Amino acid sequence: MGKRLGLTGNEAVAYAVKQADVDVIAAYPITPQTVIVERLSEYVANGELDAAFVPVESEHSALSTVVGAAATGARVFTATCSQGLALMWEILYIASALRLPIVMSIAARALSAPINIHCDYSDVMGTRDAGWITLFAENVQEAYDNIVQAFRIAEDPEVLLPVMCVHDGFILSHCLEVVEVLEDEQVRNFLPRRDRPNVLDPSKPITLGPVGLPDSYMEFKRQQDEAMKVAYRKVKEVGKLFGELSGRYYDVVHAFGVEDADVVAVCMGSAAGTTRYVARKLREKGLKVGVLKIRMFRPFPKNEVRELLKGAKLVIAMDRATSLGGAGHPLQMELATTFYTWRQKPLIMSVVYGLGGRDLTPMDIERMFNIALEYAKKGEVPEEALWLGLRE
Amino acid sequence: MTLIEVRWHGRGGQGVVTASELLANAAIFEGKYAQHFPEFGPERAGAPVRAYTRISDEPIELHTGIYEPDIVVVIDPTLLVNMDILLSGLKRGGVFVINISEPPSELKERCKELGAKLYYVDATKIALEIFKRPFFNTPMLGALLKATGIVKLESVHEAVKRRFKPEIAELNIKAISRAFEEVRSA
Amino acid sequence: MSCLGSWKEMPIATLIPEPGNSVKYKTGSWRAGFKPVIDHSKCVKCLMCWIYCPEPAIVRKEDDSVEINYDYCKGCGICAKVCPRGAIQMVPER
Repeated sequence: MGKRLGLTGNEAVAYAVKQADVDVIAAYPITPQTVIVERLSEYVANGELDAAFVPVESEHSALSTVVGAAATGARVFTATCSQGLALMWEILYIASALRLPIVMSIAARALSAPINIHCDYSDVMGTRDAGWITLFAENVQEAYDNIVQAFRIAEDPEVLLPVMCVHDGFILSHCLEVVEVLEDEQVRNFLPRRDRPNVLDPSKPITLGPVGLPDSYMEFKRQQDEAMKVAYRKVKEVGKLFGELSGRYYDVVHAFGVEDADVVAVCMGSAAGTTRYVARKLREKGLKVGVLKIRMFRPFPKNEVRELLKGAKLVIAMDRATSLGGAGHPLQMELATTFYTWRQKPLIMSVVYGLGGRDLTPMDIERMFNIALEYAKKGEVPEEALWLGLRE
Repeated sequence: MTLIEVRWHGRGGQGVVTASELLANAAIFEGKYAQHFPEFGPERAGAPVRAYTRISDEPIELHTGIYEPDIVVVIDPTLLVNMDILLSGLKRGGVFVINISEPPSELKERCKELGAKLYYVDATKIALEIFKRPFFNTPMLGALLKATGIVKLESVHEAVKRRFKPEIAELNIKAISRAFEEVRSA
Repeated sequence: MSCLGSWKEMPIATLIPEPGNSVKYKTGSWRAGFKPVIDHSKCVKCLMCWIYCPEPAIVRKEDDSVEINYDYCKGCGICAKVCPRGAIQMVPER
């Protein structure tokens, strides 16, 4: 068993990155991610981490710098959120298409306007088609564990894709919790240095990122799609290996009470624990409710979602982001597609919560479950999303 | 002990967030589970600030604000002008600890109505004597320990030693111990 | 059909593993009707054409005289435009 430390989400991420012994860090500070960058610059300055820390002038440059460094075969890290992630947007697609195993931490934060520094997933959801493996942490321990696993997943020779590790801004980034950390030696053995083929090396020149016109572009995209399929399997494998190392086993989803539940709430991030807390209380009263936490949003865990929700009458899609004017909200659309392309189709009720850091309270969750149970009985769902905690 | 929730009230710059963090770390040293989070917002010196601590024997799943605290700690007596905010949600049988030389009778009555136990200590005096500066946070941590026994004094000493340089840690331990001795029940 | 083959056979990461293979791409086939022709009797070896050719398809020889490599000349006409002696003419390609 490793050391038990009191760390905030940001401190835990920085600690994991230090243990991963990265070679190059390029990042630009943005609330609520700043502490990650501060800690890492301290680690580099005081000699605890032998890495190049590049203080860039923007997030666009931050990701561009780690793209360049990763292309030479270096182990790299960056972190951002919100407007910073939005500024990285065009480079996100380049990072994944060049198949660079970059690890990036996101302290999820709402997008402006209005200016807001608090948590929601509008930043991350904007990247959902960018070809990045995307993992969500429920608590500070998971924020630490996900970073360690992310390097192993990203650098797998069959994967070679960037990984985005999300922890909720402020709710986790600034929350101090107990974290059981691994020994440095354990992390280094878990993340062996591998020679990557086709890196930029002056003695063995290659061309990276040329034009790919209509006669090749589709093939490259199909390759990326295939890499995501491999990543699906690898995230599960690495989760098991990490469990053998730490005692903390990870899968792509985590289910609570779904075996006999009529209503299952599907959610991500820190909402999962609070929702499970309420579901447990309601189950003690005899209500058949459950919770399915999506840990891996990309690739989307279709198989587990189908298998674990096959008995549910109604599924609640809890979205911490909106797709304004869309046929549904991001998680709702994933679930709808997952089931529409399968034999079984539970009712899907859309819930929007926690935008711009609006607190998700146990009272709100209880109300949500009660409304959902009523609809499950009636065998229908409302056309419009239920906006939880909104002043009507 | 199952789950204990503490809400801290102070003003930006008085160390309210540090006090909450020290309490959580002290609980972690004892092998317990703990959570500490500041009230999230732009930090401004002098503005009312809150911080929250959860302590439990079991892993903590909740990630939401604290609306019905078991314990309220008030670091700055001038916040009493908004007594309703300080007492808001305090559980029946809860504990209210405040930095004040003598609690006003209205506060005593309100606490009685709520069935809450009221503790007070002049942390301002302790802080100004020991630090020569208005750091009321660590003395109030000492007062909280005596009033509730939520964690052991030695655990807080350990947390302080890890957090501060030796000479600063020593002053804080002195302030904590003095408030621990001087806190009174109203 | 492309010569690249199935997506399963192509190298990943949009990369070209073989260095220097752009010489195989004979861009001279892009010339649309006109090609530059040098009148060596007028050439003073100033090398302006060699500097300005964007390809570069003007070959500089040891004595600083120049020749055009029609495998790569796209027929843009810049060499003819910058030649101070009018030694390069754009002539129809038959």
